[in-house]
Amino acid sequence: MKTYFIIIHLVVCNIIIANFFSPTAHSSAQQIKVGSKKFTESVILGEIVTHLIKSTGEQPVYLRELGGTRVLWNALIKGEIDIYPEYSGTISEEILSGEGVYSEEDIRQALAKHGIKMTNPLGFNNTYAIGMKEEVSERLKIGKISDLRQHPDLKFGFGNEFMDRGDGWPTLRNDYHLPQQNVRGLDHDLAYRGLEKGTIHAIDIYSTDAKVRYYNLRILKDDLNHFPAYNAVILYRADLEERAPHVITVLKKLESKIPESEMIKMNSRANLDMVSESQIASDFLSESFSLETETYEETTIGRLLRHTGEHLFLVAISLSAAIIISIPLGILSAKMPGLGQVILGIVGIIQTIPSLALLVFMIPLLGIGGPPAIMALFLYSLLPIVRNTYTGFQDIRPQIRESAEALGLPPGARLRLVELPMVSRSILAGIKTSAVINVGTATLGALIGAGGYGQLILTGIRLDNMSLILQGAVPAAVLALIAQGCFEILERLFVPKGLRLKPAC
Amino acid sequence: MIQIQGVSKTYGQAAALHSIDLTIPAGQTTVFIGQSGCGKSTILRLIIGLIQADSGSVYFEGTRVTPDVVTSLRRKMGYVIQEGGLFPHLTAYDNVALMARYLGWSDERIKGRLNELSELTHFPSEGLERFSVQLSGGQQQRVSLMRALMLDPDVLLLDEPLGALDPMIRADLQVDLKRIFQALGKTVVLVTHDIAEAGFFGDVITLLKDGRVLQKGTLEELIQSPADPFVTRFINAQRSPLDVMRKDSK
Ligand SMILES: Nc1ncnc2c1ncn2[C@@H]1O[C@H](COP(=O)(O)OP(=O)(O)OP(=O)(O)O)[C@@H](O)[C@H]1O
Ligand SMILES: [Mg+2]
Repeated sequence: MKTYFIIIHLVVCNIIIANFFSPTAHSSAQQIKVGSKKFTESVILGEIVTHLIKSTGEQPVYLRELGGTRVLWNALIKGEIDIYPEYSGTISEEILSGEGVYSEEDIRQALAKHGIKMTNPLGFNNTYAIGMKEEVSERLKIGKISDLRQHPDLKFGFGNEFMDRGDGWPTLRNDYHLPQQNVRGLDHDLAYRGLEKGTIHAIDIYSTDAKVRYYNLRILKDDLNHFPAYNAVILYRADLEERAPHVITVLKKLESKIPESEMIKMNSRANLDMVSESQIASDFLSESFSLETETYEETTIGRLLRHTGEHLFLVAISLSAAIIISIPLGILSAKMPGLGQVILGIVGIIQTIPSLALLVFMIPLLGIGGPPAIMALFLYSLLPIVRNTYTGFQDIRPQIRESAEALGLPPGARLRLVELPMVSRSILAGIKTSAVINVGTATLGALIGAGGYGQLILTGIRLDNMSLILQGAVPAAVLALIAQGCFEILERLFVPKGLRLKPAC
Repeated sequence: MIQIQGVSKTYGQAAALHSIDLTIPAGQTTVFIGQSGCGKSTILRLIIGLIQADSGSVYFEGTRVTPDVVTSLRRKMGYVIQEGGLFPHLTAYDNVALMARYLGWSDERIKGRLNELSELTHFPSEGLERFSVQLSGGQQQRVSLMRALMLDPDVLLLDEPLGALDPMIRADLQVDLKRIFQALGKTVVLVTHDIAEAGFFGDVITLLKDGRVLQKGTLEELIQSPADPFVTRFINAQRSPLDVMRKDSK
């Protein structure tokens, strides 16, 4: 029992540490929260919006790179965020798919039913497009998609998503009667490389992608209007009109102010020149609105500390909860074999759910950010502790059990004085395994906006920046090692000396 | 002291005891002997309530041994298991003191009792701070005995207490044990499969075979008037070194 109390004590310490680092502890409900999706353009637009709101004197919170469309939309509806940049095509095709809303007026009405409003388009249209190398299209005199009909031998390389989408290759081919046979589905990065080498002549691309400039691509004109428009807009909660009308006023300033060329330039500064999104947003506001804003540039150390805090927060809460729940579950499984099989079966099944899927399952229940990530990590941490507690009890020799019982100790005292000390090593080993798994899996929390080292890794992948990826991956590995080391020290403290001795022979 | 009335016990399909009737008198040493698997340990486990009889009943000092009362009855019994019954996470001292501490004895009282016991069992007092892996087999059994005697029980139940020891140590401990039994004048129930040991300790020897009592009496009676040919075979199976020499010299 002593062991258990000490473990609980540790847990309490963890929670105190966790609160100290908690990123959400200080944000009030009245603050305006801006969100963005996990690709560069959305992050930049989010920064622009955030800077603009700051210029009104508000102190908005910017939750960047929260995830995909579903995550952001649900967060907006639930009020976890107030504002985020979106595309008209995405609203028609994904968010309100099945409602058949395409005109701006229909979209506005449909959104209003959810308590959401939309600005007018910001200017650029980030639609799917077909791109070719400038010199190739020049040579073959191809300026629009229908020109492709004259060149049946051209080879196309399309992203796998584009091969399947409703507005992707199958319907594009039908609409334009394209004759090309050599069409492959492949990874985007490989497609660019093929384009460079000349093994592929045309690819699918977002019209504002930084790569358009980098690879010197020509975007073919969609002369039959095959691709739906993906006009950038800003979605916001209708209640913002009462809560902060001045914020709506500044949002509307952006309408028609960002042409395609400007967005391509901003995207490529982020992706190719490695300028921070905050800086890019600030430069844009200064050029287009003569609005001077303070850019918020985090130092590398500051950023590392922040992510460490977030990561520890996720790990500490989820692991502590798992410890408190799993040890009794393990004891119960050992004492009641029937129930035990059920418990072990359930925690075993949880472990087989892919971590990404588990994270996504949590979103409808707990929204985005820390809570769903903590819940998923908690569930993942159960099995090693439950199983080790259970097998620890199974491994107690029958003579020991019999001796304890024959002494006349009641069951509770046997558990406290004999059984728990004897399984302490096995339990600690289980906690150690859980901690290491937990620290590693917590990097995935960034996918649903929970922050942590995974955020650096994700941003690194997005910007193709190896240094950033390492800044996330290395501390995560170090943290796992530290956790392991700590538990080895704890083992010395908690496991009775008699169990650590080896027999003399 | 202990009455066993019509007790049968079956583990799954295998019958371990068949309707046993026995009385264990107070103040004497009763020895159970028999082949491996004949049910000796089962009888001890029934007495101390680790298992329940399928039919029949066991009485300890007139009280029927049932799960409700067994915890308090156990504190009047000392039980020494065959081997490996010491708690490895506790020192010898803590093993012996565990139950007394649980019952709230003062440290002084515990210490005094331990001194008495280590003197009685000839256990070196510097060994008390060691863990069981740091003790020899003989020392471990002395600690087990001290633990069984700690609360000054009315009856001592010993399940092959010397089974795992080498012959010299075993002989030493036999002498010590007998001295202790005589000094304490306690009721002792001892299990062994060694006929010489049974004769050495036993006021009464009970020979079991396949879960039945075959014969009950002194060693003399078992040799002189065996109730069954098996009794003679069992006794003769354990020849002494002298027998072996005599046979070889022919
Ligand atoms: N927990 C159990 N489950 C099933 N069968 C058991 C169990 N314990 C004992 N038995 C069986 O019951 C019979 C009597 O066992 P018991 O332990 O009383 O024998 P024993 O006379 O003490 O033998 P030994 O001298 O080897 O210790 C044996 O056949 C044994 O296999
Ligand atoms: Mg036995």
